[in-house]
Amino acid sequence: MALLADATTLLGKELRTEFRSRELLTTTVVFILVVVVLFSFTFDPSTSESRRFGPGLLWLSFLFAASLMLQPCFLREQNNDTLSALRLSVRDPFSIFLAKLSANTLFLLLTEVLMLPIFAILYNVHILSVFPQLVLVLFLGSLGVAIPGTAFSAISAQARMRELMLPLLLLPLLTPVLIASTEATGALLEVNPALRADWLGFLLGFDLVFLTALWLFGEYLLEE
Amino acid sequence: MLKSALKATILFALIAVTAYLAFYYAPIEKSMGVIQKIFYLHISCAFSAFVAFGTCFYANLRYVFTRAPKSDWLAVSAAEVGLAFISVVLITGPIWAHPVWGIWWTWDARLTLTFVLGLLYVSYLLLRSMIEEPDKRALFSALFGIFAFLDVPLVYFSIRWWRTQHPQPVILGGPGSGLEPRMRVSYLLMWGALTGLLILLLSARYKLEALRASVDDLRREAEVR
Repeated sequence: MALLADATTLLGKELRTEFRSRELLTTTVVFILVVVVLFSFTFDPSTSESRRFGPGLLWLSFLFAASLMLQPCFLREQNNDTLSALRLSVRDPFSIFLAKLSANTLFLLLTEVLMLPIFAILYNVHILSVFPQLVLVLFLGSLGVAIPGTAFSAISAQARMRELMLPLLLLPLLTPVLIASTEATGALLEVNPALRADWLGFLLGFDLVFLTALWLFGEYLLEE
Repeated sequence: MLKSALKATILFALIAVTAYLAFYYAPIEKSMGVIQKIFYLHISCAFSAFVAFGTCFYANLRYVFTRAPKSDWLAVSAAEVGLAFISVVLITGPIWAHPVWGIWWTWDARLTLTFVLGLLYVSYLLLRSMIEEPDKRALFSALFGIFAFLDVPLVYFSIRWWRTQHPQPVILGGPGSGLEPRMRVSYLLMWGALTGLLILLLSARYKLEALRASVDDLRREAEVR
């Protein structure tokens, strides 16, 4: 219970910090928009072609955006020298990760949901009838990105060239998330949309594996 | 010095003998022909690579809990040696696949897993080179190594469900699989020789890392004075 109480307080802090400036959200939305627009020049975005390539490019743009967006997560604490204070303020260090990864999942999900209608218009696909199912896929996928992403943001904050290191560490690890999310999204955009329970289950499994790892090893990630 | 030179000589003689056996003693495979000879090297290197990455994972876990620098030396040695073996696998694979499957590369489960595994350990070594302070480097790279290794089964199953066309296991597969006796002898010897090579490289690299660490310590001591 102490864990959840601390995590909620910290989540409030993360959300306040972001919604005061909205820097992260604005830049991420614009970044995804740029990538999605640029991708449309690489093939002819008719409905049938978009069904084939759309889900993959959508998820790739989310992954790239996430690897940039997760950057300040721990770097900000380090630059402001607040990491030790943060550690001292909670009873269980895992609550720091819980708060940060919830905030990151929420930010990712927000930008993705904002991008969906734009993607649907630019690529001529219909999403209105499957919107709730799509949000479910987006949620599980974003969680899969945010859990290792939050952990690696703590790692890359310690390294030189950290802006390049985070994508290098994170993107190969996210191969399973990319495959599962792309397949699940693709099935929803078909003529006869289907909710692929197998891929959703896989995403849930991925999330659980890395959440457990983070719970076990999180405290070591906060050492200075 | 003399001892390790002797060990290396014996090992390379063994590799030469097994290579001779693989080429002349083992029969030529019926459907694939002479290109199948690459099998002996390919599978043995893949095995050594996976053993090396497993060792790296073990050393990473050990470092996080014990903070013994020795575990860190073992981890970096295993990652580098594993990467060397997996490079051989990734080079011999397409050479074998091209005449047999008609293509150099296919995104099948085991091929993709090998590739992604290679990429993850390249990232691991890059991360190490980007953190200066030895304790920090050891800890944070160990944590990354643990996360990366946990990803291995997930990558494998995600691609397996997605698409696969790699041959079914012939070595420990079900009924109908199995090797011709002379092939088996050649294969087992090659496997033994390359496991020996793995141990030799690993211990040489480990000694190098130990020396490097003591040089660093001495340098720091000299700077303090």
